[in-house]
Amino acid sequence: MTTGTPRVHAVSTTEIVRQRLQGRRLDVGGSVFEALLVLALLISIGVLVTLLVDVFSNGLPVFFTRGTDFLTRGLSSSPDRAGVAQGILGSVLLMLFVIVLSFPLGVGASIYLEEYARDTPLTRLVNTVIRNLAGVPAIVYGLLGVAVFVGTLGAITGGRTIISGGLTLAILVLPIVIITTSEALRAVPTSIREAAFGVGATRWETVRSHVLPYAAPGILTGTILSLARAFGETAPLILVGAIAGTFRYSADSLIDQLRGPYTALPTIIFGFSRDPDAGFRADTAAAIIVLLVVLLAVNGLAIFLRNRFERRW
Amino acid sequence: MAAPSVPSNGRLTIGDLRGSAGRRRREAILRTAFASAAMLSIVISLAIIVSLVGEAWNFLSRVDLGLLLERGWFPRRDLYGISTIVTGTFIVAGIGMIVATPLGLGAAIYLSEYASPRLRRTIKPILEILAGIPSVVLGYFALTFLSPTIVDTVCPGQTNIFNMAAAGIGVGILITPLIASVAEDALYAVPNSLREASYGLGARRRTTSLRIVFPAAISGIVAALILGMSRGIGETMIVAMAAGASGGSLFQLNPCEPGQTMTAAMTALATGSDQVRGAALAFPSLFFVGLLLFAMTLTLNLVADAFVRRVRTRY
Repeated sequence: MTTGTPRVHAVSTTEIVRQRLQGRRLDVGGSVFEALLVLALLISIGVLVTLLVDVFSNGLPVFFTRGTDFLTRGLSSSPDRAGVAQGILGSVLLMLFVIVLSFPLGVGASIYLEEYARDTPLTRLVNTVIRNLAGVPAIVYGLLGVAVFVGTLGAITGGRTIISGGLTLAILVLPIVIITTSEALRAVPTSIREAAFGVGATRWETVRSHVLPYAAPGILTGTILSLARAFGETAPLILVGAIAGTFRYSADSLIDQLRGPYTALPTIIFGFSRDPDAGFRADTAAAIIVLLVVLLAVNGLAIFLRNRFERRW
Repeated sequence: MAAPSVPSNGRLTIGDLRGSAGRRRREAILRTAFASAAMLSIVISLAIIVSLVGEAWNFLSRVDLGLLLERGWFPRRDLYGISTIVTGTFIVAGIGMIVATPLGLGAAIYLSEYASPRLRRTIKPILEILAGIPSVVLGYFALTFLSPTIVDTVCPGQTNIFNMAAAGIGVGILITPLIASVAEDALYAVPNSLREASYGLGARRRTTSLRIVFPAAISGIVAALILGMSRGIGETMIVAMAAGASGGSLFQLNPCEPGQTMTAAMTALATGSDQVRGAALAFPSLFFVGLLLFAMTLTLNLVADAFVRRVRTRY
């Protein structure tokens, strides 16, 4: 850099050199190109904003006029009496299946693949299968649920029940849990493991005391995000029968309830949106607000955990 | 974790260092448990294939195969014109790609080549939020916002609020963040030395982005587009809500009209008042369509995977 040299003519020399190097013409094409890129980005973000404005402007009046009534009431054929309580309860129960089944199985599978397995053709096959399972359309998992949980295992699950729905969702998010957990495990440097092996720890002792504590934030973030994915999933639940059912609350024992008809928040949204009664338009938007608030809270928690505990090696 | 006690004669053997039998047993049990969890994925894949193929075969062996070539998809009236819903699928996914390709790739190039690190850190979570919006929400958005505003201006004299164009744009919004994120990863993975070489020759940023970085990342970008297409083909809720999935559909090429995709046909069968028990073959036809969808998305995903691996081995 020659700027700031005391000699007078040096400044103009620098200018001349700079002009030669930059080209004299204005770079119109470059500016247009950059403007187009910004436009693409702005449209993508603008869509998100428009969507939120559309949903909230349609749905918030429901909460203003009815308060929490919308959250505590069950389904009804009249739009100003219908609520999402059954859907929330159903979705929470479905999430319990996902937490109880997918998380231990998924974390266990990735511990095997990352910490135990050698690079054999079988291991590579399992890895390929998992990657492809993650890309299978959700509705195909719904068909699996219909065939296996509603059909073959119908005697145990009771057919189109919350048990079938929960198992279907658990299988749907399993590959996602495995992939995110594997990433978190891979991020732990080998030296950490070697330190444990060096003092005579077995493989499991190494994993439990050294690898898992360091990978825990990553695993937690990944599993929370896959829970969010399961929470909004609709198509497979429709196939395994969440649309028709409503909960019988009440005196029934939990087992009876689990084997009875059910519904979930996203399928309620679908059901509301198909209702010919125009009054359900606002109810649909209000139910979407409930869904989005839950999802934003869950995603926010995941992002918070990631930023709070993220560790660079 | 007791250290092996030194034997009385003062000499350690290998046996002393192997740890207690209990420790070894626990190790073996856990290893088996983890391995079975991993093998479960193979069981799941087999279960998917077996259940799809079984019922699909049931359908194919009983249906009059000539019916599959007819136009129109009305399973409750035993009309299984598969071309109708395959065409509908490609129209909707195609519109989605037309919307998502410029948006996704534009956003990816901007984030990777132009944006400051700080802007990048702000924008990426926003795109992640967009990616996390459930498709049932986008279906509502397509039906109540996209259809009456955007589609109404694009399609002159359009009267039906349910149409494939709205569903297609909705699908485009859904896959934009996916394409952006995969393509951005590919662009970002291009080594800086290539960019510096280009700048060193006096190239501008646009030339560097388009002539150097973009071609170097082309495998990943192709993979992003294929993955987007695969997601679009498999997307269900947006189409079921916005494209007019009511029972059946005529063969339809005009995106301004209602139509049906493979996925929407499946939900329509499942949500009918008679719960798939209508015509005798309606239930197995569900699995035939599912198998076709599964085969299509699997092929696309495998191709995309091969492209992604090419990027990874290069740099």
